[in-house]
Amino acid sequence: MTFPLITTSRWEIEDAHTIDRYVETEGYKALTKALTLTPEEVHDEVKKASLLGRGGAGFPAGVKWGFLPENVWPRYLVVNGDESEPGTYKDRILLERDPHQLIEGCLITCYALGLSQCFLYVRGEMAHGQERVASALNEAYEAGYVGKNILGTEFSVDIVLHWGAGAYIVGEETALIESLEGNRGMPRLKPPFFPASIGLYGKPTIVNNVETLSNVPWIVLHGGEEFSKIGSEQSTGTRIFAVSGHVNNPGVFEVEFGTTTFRDLIMGENYGQGILNGNKIKAFIPGGASAPWFFEEHLDVPLEKSTVDQAGSMLGSGAIVVMDETTDIVRACHNVVRFFSRESCGKCAPCREGTSWLEKILQRIIDGNGRDDDLDLLLDVCDNISPGITWPPKQTTICPLGPSAVSPISSAIKKYKHEFEAYISQSSQGTPVGIQGGIL
Amino acid sequence: MSRLNEESIRIANEIISRYPIKKSALIPLLHLAQEQEGWVSGEAMNHIAEILQITPAEVLGTCSFYEMFKRSPVGEYQLNICHGISCHLLGAENLLHHAEETLGIKEGEVTEDGKFSLEGVECIAACTEAPCLQVNYRYQNKVTKSHFNQLVQEINDGNRSEIPKHGSLAKVRQSIPAERLAGIEPVDGAQPPEWLNRNGRDS
Amino acid sequence: MSEILGSEDLINFTLNGEEVSATNGENLIEACEKAGVEIPRFCYHKRMNSVGMCRMCIVEIDTGRGPALQPSCMLSVSEGMSVNTESETTKKAQDGVLEFLLLNHPLDCPVCDKGGECPLQDQTIAFGPGETRFIEEKRHFEKPIPINENVFLDRERCILCDRCTRFADEVVGDPLIHFIDRGNATQVNTFPEDPFASYFSGNVVQICPVGALTAKPYRFKARPWDLEEIESTFPNPLGDRITIQSSRDQVLRFQGLDNDSVNWGWLTDKDRFSFQAFQSEYRVQEPLVRGGGLNKPDKNGRRLVASSWSNVLNMTTEAINRTEPNRIAIIGGSRLTNESQYAWTKLAKGIIGTDNVDGSLGDELPTRALLGLPTTTIDDVCTPGNTVILITPDLKEEYGTLYIRLRHAAIENSVKLIELSPIETGLSRTAAISLRPRPGEIAKVVESILTGEGPVEIGGIPKEQILQAHELIKGNELKIVYGKQSIAESDQPLIEALALLKKTSNSKFLPLVRRGNAMGAVHMGMAPGLLPGQIPLSEGLKTFLNLWPNLPNEKGMGTEEILQSAANGMIDVLFLLGADPLSDFYDPELVEKALNTVNTVISVDLFVNASAYHADIFFPASAFIEVNGSHTNIEGRVTPIRQKVTSPGTARPDWMIAAEIANRLGYDLNIERPEDAWDELGQTSTTQTKVDMDLICDSPDGQILESTGAITLEEIKEVSDTRPFDSYSLRLVLAKRMYDLGTITQMSPALKEFARTSQLFINPTDFKSMGLKSGEPVLVTAGEKNLTVLVVPNNKVPRSIAFGYLNQMGEDLRTLLVKGADSIDIRIDPTVKVG
Ligand SMILES: Cc1cc2nc3c(=O)[nH]c(=O)nc-3n(C[C@H](O)[C@H](O)[C@H](O)COP(=O)(O)O)c2cc1C
Ligand code: SF4
Ligand code: FES
Repeated sequence: MTFPLITTSRWEIEDAHTIDRYVETEGYKALTKALTLTPEEVHDEVKKASLLGRGGAGFPAGVKWGFLPENVWPRYLVVNGDESEPGTYKDRILLERDPHQLIEGCLITCYALGLSQCFLYVRGEMAHGQERVASALNEAYEAGYVGKNILGTEFSVDIVLHWGAGAYIVGEETALIESLEGNRGMPRLKPPFFPASIGLYGKPTIVNNVETLSNVPWIVLHGGEEFSKIGSEQSTGTRIFAVSGHVNNPGVFEVEFGTTTFRDLIMGENYGQGILNGNKIKAFIPGGASAPWFFEEHLDVPLEKSTVDQAGSMLGSGAIVVMDETTDIVRACHNVVRFFSRESCGKCAPCREGTSWLEKILQRIIDGNGRDDDLDLLLDVCDNISPGITWPPKQTTICPLGPSAVSPISSAIKKYKHEFEAYISQSSQGTPVGIQGGIL
Repeated sequence: MSRLNEESIRIANEIISRYPIKKSALIPLLHLAQEQEGWVSGEAMNHIAEILQITPAEVLGTCSFYEMFKRSPVGEYQLNICHGISCHLLGAENLLHHAEETLGIKEGEVTEDGKFSLEGVECIAACTEAPCLQVNYRYQNKVTKSHFNQLVQEINDGNRSEIPKHGSLAKVRQSIPAERLAGIEPVDGAQPPEWLNRNGRDS
Repeated sequence: MSEILGSEDLINFTLNGEEVSATNGENLIEACEKAGVEIPRFCYHKRMNSVGMCRMCIVEIDTGRGPALQPSCMLSVSEGMSVNTESETTKKAQDGVLEFLLLNHPLDCPVCDKGGECPLQDQTIAFGPGETRFIEEKRHFEKPIPINENVFLDRERCILCDRCTRFADEVVGDPLIHFIDRGNATQVNTFPEDPFASYFSGNVVQICPVGALTAKPYRFKARPWDLEEIESTFPNPLGDRITIQSSRDQVLRFQGLDNDSVNWGWLTDKDRFSFQAFQSEYRVQEPLVRGGGLNKPDKNGRRLVASSWSNVLNMTTEAINRTEPNRIAIIGGSRLTNESQYAWTKLAKGIIGTDNVDGSLGDELPTRALLGLPTTTIDDVCTPGNTVILITPDLKEEYGTLYIRLRHAAIENSVKLIELSPIETGLSRTAAISLRPRPGEIAKVVESILTGEGPVEIGGIPKEQILQAHELIKGNELKIVYGKQSIAESDQPLIEALALLKKTSNSKFLPLVRRGNAMGAVHMGMAPGLLPGQIPLSEGLKTFLNLWPNLPNEKGMGTEEILQSAANGMIDVLFLLGADPLSDFYDPELVEKALNTVNTVISVDLFVNASAYHADIFFPASAFIEVNGSHTNIEGRVTPIRQKVTSPGTARPDWMIAAEIANRLGYDLNIERPEDAWDELGQTSTTQTKVDMDLICDSPDGQILESTGAITLEEIKEVSDTRPFDSYSLRLVLAKRMYDLGTITQMSPALKEFARTSQLFINPTDFKSMGLKSGEPVLVTAGEKNLTVLVVPNNKVPRSIAFGYLNQMGEDLRTLLVKGADSIDIRIDPTVKVG
């Protein structure tokens, strides 16, 4: 490997989650350094690093930080640790194995931006992650890294660990804020509710992903410049990918942005080590369940934001799910659609009604009750949720969850239409349930 | 009995004190109620409404949005079998069927002795370990049928004491020593933080 | 709002290819509507924050970065914006949304109350797909479930627009209905066994865009296409604008009428469902007389029996002619239209020649406190950034839509509310600061808030709170909303407080009256010493004399004095003009005595109420739904009242009864139509010449009767001393609750169960320290008076206060009132066992 491990450097160390080991391995050095700089200088380093958000949308963190309006106080930091997108598995390990690194990242961010309180929102189902973060916070408070007068300076900030309770949509940043306010996690419309201007309690709020913030200590310690040398010009640094599904060596890997390709990750000796049972690859999801699927012809696309975007999908949350030739595409498609249907918050009519309709049609097809016009129907419903079925998606909804359900359908029908048709041709074509229609 | 007990109220007050606005503590308090009882009863919701000075309907509105909150009793051990895409590809449905057969209940049900309840759940962020499941939110990775049988056996035999009863999530709580607390700013009328205008560390 | 816009506030945008202008920052859906393009919508409601959740209003919008679909209800219009509501993309998206909304909707329009006035049905017929492509089973819920006594919810019809739930939370602060569950399983519901007990629940029925919410008093009563409607005013102190909807001469529904100046379309349930009362079978349809003629040693023994109009008119004129004008008196009139008030004032003062006329029942603020201060409007009070002092009873209980307006102003427009209330009210949590002055000491409290000076504790309020309030008001122009907070204290402290506030620069005042048209009553001269048009009797003698021949030159008596004189045998004819002093006056004993002593008690009313039960003659009057005329609200705003149905039996409008009596007395009242009252007023008054019926009816906001300055509140040198407070006592506060035993409430089946048992509420700490036990009635004494009543702990009551609602079931709390006291202290003795 020709690049330094930035976020996963301590994963091999058994007790890296303890403050002692963390400090021994250069921990909290970046914070100490940051406190010798002015807040603007720290912000500048992150800008120079061109650190892209790791939560899904890939928006540069330094730029987002710059959106905070002047002179509105207080301002908050909210850490998005809700990791729930199918295939995504990285934030949980960061929380469990290196919680102090995240805490340090949060502290530096608060310092740089004048944020007066930080809420660390951890997905409810991650009991062990919560334990690790709670212990780490307790240690860090005790040791004077968090809380009042940090390291003897006038810099003071509280970090509050907050638990989620099971709702994927809460990963969406405005829903996360609603949830943190004690409400149902229903997204707010942007504009006007861009968190950086109107966020938690209506105040300016920075929402960043766990992995994003875990990069910050390294950036401050080694300089933004140094960071930007890693990876490609437009996608700097490294990125954690989870490779799962039909591969021989599923795992979570930190790789250099831009230089590695999907083929390297899926087939490479150090990574996925090829398809299970020597089978052929049928399709793969390149960036979490919301992303349109890739196929064999995309294997050589480099892991770089802009290239992947151009190829018609996204790196999203760094989740690569591999499907081999034995995969029943219709069922796989149904599986992902069912996820979005179950996780719709219910706010927008097209998502609430549309995703569950899509799920029902697919279920019907699988159950042998498909109809000849079902594929047209599926695509037309998709079109009504995401007009044009384009990438990046247009949407008739507030947030991208609804349109996300379109990706698997359009991908699967594009390439494996015959599998759908096969189901339908064997079906009885009958009406499965009484027509409910009704008259006006 | 279903209202929060004294110890829970003490913890609740500590939690509430960390937020500029009380209602933010709603989800943590619901967890607290579930921890006490194994599920969230109507009485508990009423009590939380009282504590946070909101209406019970608001508590229910939030509570019912989140899957983890159970509004009727579940098993002491809640088995969540992941059927997200990665686990689906590696046999999650088979595992779920096996679990249903072994426990003699359907997905969404509780065993007669109240020991186990079973659910198929969406991705639990352990995709590289598929197929996987959680028992009371503790992970079991790469679960085979025999592994599953063994797990059930061990729980029945009382040999999995590291797994707390349903409702208890993290065994460690955050606690902030009073003298270390930076202090919670009011949402309205706060001043810019002092450190913002400093030019590096002067001491 | 009729602000004049500077040109910089106007922008141009393109709407379907045409250049149109709009106010900068205006909501796009509104701007399009003004330009004549109606964008379909379900969740958007102009009186609530947009949520953009139904997605029906998405249209293609281009702000320079290419056209994109955006919800027009969530966007502000801006210069150069290009909006296309007709493009293929827009149409396809909207059709798609409509199809989604209909997927799970039962389409049971033929049996739905909303059928015929349902936006979802209209949209579907206009644009919707012919047949459904959804062949799976629809979502099922138990069919309509009651969410409170009057409102039903059919969750299958619900399209989850968040209107009702937003209303409950945002508009009235009663979040008792809520979204429950998630995604496709989302439903609106209450917490189990915790009904939607809101005073405003009927509004959600009105704003539900489909037939999911229905009101019991209206369910299955009519189809919208059978309804006729007319715009009118509900005669409550706020003059809430309504539409009266009827079918076959039966009123079936009152709906709030959306208007900018007053109620924004909202109504309290009390007013909304009161239409039932006006059509109650207990309405009196024929004139009544005491059986057996006028001489009556024992009137309670005989019953009122039906009579004829000529008979009762004759009996009335005989009774009047038999005695002297100053032995004749009129109590009441605050519930009549302005025109009827004018007619009755003229009958009394101009023709009979008595000035013993009082629209108030002894519990309204004195006329000089209602007309003698620089006035303001609700809109003006609610202007963003204002500082408002509230010295009022609980607005949520008594002035529902004003509560809504002020709540909105505070939450959405950062209006600072400084509340001075003896108990916690519906607005306390919304107020910038809410202080608890002890009854009788409001003047001291106001003085110290204005100066920021004073001792450690003032009127029960610690100094630091006084200082906080002082900081909040310092240097600001103040808007003061004031009214009678309790009938257990005299007006003097409030009058002094107002006098102090009047001295601050540019303060403006909004008075609260207790009865529907009490403001009209003072404007129409229904008070001793007063003539219509804010003219004191002494000054009006000359100008009025040629029209009002028998005008007395001495000031007459107010209600209390009238009753006193009556009890002493000095009144021979007593008119009760839509008044029930036995239930309403603070001293029922005195009323009883008066009614039993007066020779001829004449009641003009809709019902035989407790006082009318003692009447000798009863004139059946028309209700406001049966007459034309106008109403004056607390701002002095005059808006039209319009006839929708005919009166039952031979009941007549009040003004007509006055005219007939005048006629029998040998005079022409010169009022043949309600309009005539305004015309005559124009001749006598110098200030109100501008107002007439056409103006009132033609302007959407009515006409405002400004204060003329002819009547003024006296200045004060210093605040009077208050009675020391002894720490063993509790100071009494008695106020109104929205629901009581009042006639209209009791005659409305939808409302009559809502009165409660009389109780006294005290602070839980006091409750504990007195060693009281829950559920046991105890002996309460006030000087010589005593009462056995349930005492209940309640957090909303501060220490040392006892609070109770008037006119509830069981014990009559008026028993504790001590005449003439500036405030009343009571004692509770738990050691005295009551058997
Ligand atoms: C439906 C949906 C789910 C999301 N879930 C997550 C999540 O679980 N974790 C996360 O960090 N970001 C998630 N995001 C992205 C967040 O909205 C947000 O962009 C991110 O937290 C910003 O952090 P970053 O800039 O550091 O990436 C989700 C977005 C959407 C639309
Ligand atoms: S798109 Fe779906 S998840 Fe997103 S806000 Fe709308 S309903 Fe909720
Ligand atoms: S009216 Fe705009 S989204 Fe519903």
